[in-house]
Amino acid sequence: MTPRIRRLAVPLLTASLLVLASAACGSGGGSDTAGSADTAAKPGEKVKLTIGLFGDFGFKPLYEEYKKTHPNVEIVENVTQFNDHHNNLVKRLATNAGAGDIEAVEVGYISTFTAQPAKFQDLKQYGLDKRQGDYLDWKWQQGLSKQGGQVLGLGTDVGGLAMCYRKDLFEKAGLPTDRTEVAALWPTWEQYIETGKKFAAADVAGAKFVDSPGEIFRAMVNQAPAGLYDAQDQIIVDSNPDVKKAWDLSNQLTAEKLTAKLAAFSPPWNTGFAKGSFATIICPAWMTGFIQEQAKDASGKWDIATVPGGSGNSGGSHLMIPKQSKHPKEAAELIDFLTSKENQAKVFKEEGTFPSIPSLYDDPSIQNFTKPFFGDAPIGKIYSEAAKALKPQHLGPKEAEVRVVIGDGLGRVEQGKQTPDQAWAQVLEDVKKIK
Amino acid sequence: MSSLPLAVPGRRRRRGIRHTLDVRVSPYAYVAPFFLLFCAFGLFPLVYTAWVSLHEWTLLSDEHTFVGMDNFGTLLADGYFWNATFNTLSIGVLSTVPQLVLAIWLAHLLNRRLRFQTLFRVSLLLPNVTSVVAVVVIFSQLYGRDFGMINWVLSWFGAGAIDWAAGTATSHIALSTMIMWRWTGYNALIFLAAMQAVPRELYEAATIDGASNFTQLRKITVPMIRPTMIFVVIVSTIGAMQIIAEPLLFGASTGVAQGGAANGGPDRQFQTLALFVYEQGFTKFDFGYASAASWLMFLAVVIVAGVNFLITRRVKGGLV
Repeated sequence: MTPRIRRLAVPLLTASLLVLASAACGSGGGSDTAGSADTAAKPGEKVKLTIGLFGDFGFKPLYEEYKKTHPNVEIVENVTQFNDHHNNLVKRLATNAGAGDIEAVEVGYISTFTAQPAKFQDLKQYGLDKRQGDYLDWKWQQGLSKQGGQVLGLGTDVGGLAMCYRKDLFEKAGLPTDRTEVAALWPTWEQYIETGKKFAAADVAGAKFVDSPGEIFRAMVNQAPAGLYDAQDQIIVDSNPDVKKAWDLSNQLTAEKLTAKLAAFSPPWNTGFAKGSFATIICPAWMTGFIQEQAKDASGKWDIATVPGGSGNSGGSHLMIPKQSKHPKEAAELIDFLTSKENQAKVFKEEGTFPSIPSLYDDPSIQNFTKPFFGDAPIGKIYSEAAKALKPQHLGPKEAEVRVVIGDGLGRVEQGKQTPDQAWAQVLEDVKKIK
Repeated sequence: MSSLPLAVPGRRRRRGIRHTLDVRVSPYAYVAPFFLLFCAFGLFPLVYTAWVSLHEWTLLSDEHTFVGMDNFGTLLADGYFWNATFNTLSIGVLSTVPQLVLAIWLAHLLNRRLRFQTLFRVSLLLPNVTSVVAVVVIFSQLYGRDFGMINWVLSWFGAGAIDWAAGTATSHIALSTMIMWRWTGYNALIFLAAMQAVPRELYEAATIDGASNFTQLRKITVPMIRPTMIFVVIVSTIGAMQIIAEPLLFGASTGVAQGGAANGGPDRQFQTLALFVYEQGFTKFDFGYASAASWLMFLAVVIVAGVNFLITRRVKGGLV
């Protein structure tokens, strides 16, 4: 190289490196386009429907099917993380801009939104009240406006509880591996903890008994007749003995060193699945989809047993149409399609989210459904029984916020920052501040 | 211009007025776009935030009741606010001080004849153009408790697995390294620009007098670039007081923040002031309270930047 060429080449090279680096890293920021600014559709005109979700709902194959009968409809799916999704929805409703034509809302947030009926379309206008007969009654009720009257959301799935466990790790620990024998180990949560102690005593390398106490706590509260709220929407965390009992049991998991300290849905938790860092995980039906997704190499190692402490519901969602949607009629049709009996059954078989339509529970195609990934466990039967036994619980408007406060308390104990009593005192203080 | 009929007095006067107007008014017209934008995106939000902070104002309700200074009173008694203030100052000091020392040293190293010096200088800026999301996600993995590289290296020396995100001090250190990674090179380039303006003769004379490299840095370079140092210290301080993306993403990608990434860990061990404002405003939708917090944060930034200005000014300027 002559000196002159070199003088030019070096900055050029570095500049191109810069551009490459920024291009490679620039994809980190998510786009925020959930607009639905089309004009009202005439028959046959192209309609773009946006649908906002918080995770994979298993809808993708259904969109393709829907487009066959509705060639003029284009469907755009926006998936964001759980908390962000719901917080963004609150913002977009308040500012009347940016929400999708269809938005998924999890039960933890459903009362927040059904308390604002003016912000949503009444699905009755589009004839969807005809679907009432299909649904579990309590699931249907959850989608109604506070005063009743308006139908704001149609249910997708319910989260009947079960307990997933790793057969290989149980075997290493000298515990039974057959699902009925495993279920017999833990009719109650106390016995579940006892089993955990046995597992810990066997000292299986690199594996703890449970991922973290957070979701276990949620499941235990959901099994009680009343949870974080009473029927009058008052927070009863400080007075409900079932909440305190769930708190104590959850912290016992920590005290006995049974947890892998992996908060649910975090990246290290995902890694934990791949590495087999925990032997059991609380398994609402939708969790089976997560496990399949995260522990791809562990096919056949996971199995499903009944949950300690009786039935309960954890999670499940509704689909709603914000008032600002430009195509409420088309959106309502799509909701009707996505939540139909046949499609809920299809989504369950693919994704694991369990239908909220009780006539499916005795349907042979569900009853006899097994999954090779879970060692051919009869997951259709397990979750049908769980869903049939469900006793619905009243959920309050700030359900999710209260749960975060308690989750933080459990986290402080888990990280050794506070004793359970100190953490509980702070939880009660924090709960009082929730407006 | 000479073709204009100069003899007509009225027109001449009018031209004079136009000329005066042009001289007097045009400059304002030229700077107006900036000020219009500043008013729309700087001044108006500032004033409106002050107005909102005097109200009970949530996103979920259309009624905004005037409550005077109540929000500020509650805030001053809120332990979580003071916790966030402490975290901000702690992370600020831990990141800014080593960062500036390192930046001066790097600039000093580059302020000499080197092969490929442009390459070195430009690569200093590389971390700065990397997206903050990428930086935090990668650093969070490095600082991972179970499978992180840093704990792996430490384990060679017999250290146990450190839960970086869980501890107060450890999380502050982790966040500070992310901030330093992004901003050290940027500041080094600014220092380097200033250093190049220092006359070479001073160094030559000092070399003849037998001054060591380090003495030259201390006695010549630092005093000569004092105005730049003041600038860099103030800008870094303001930046450090406004840290939000790093703790927010650190909480989310280590999973330590459980349900709410905006709380900076279950013990709020790394929640900064800006993150506190975000939590109040955009996860609890309490805009009144969040506005009050951002005003106090604004005051804190002014105070801390002012103190730093006074301290930096005491560094002796010029050559003694």
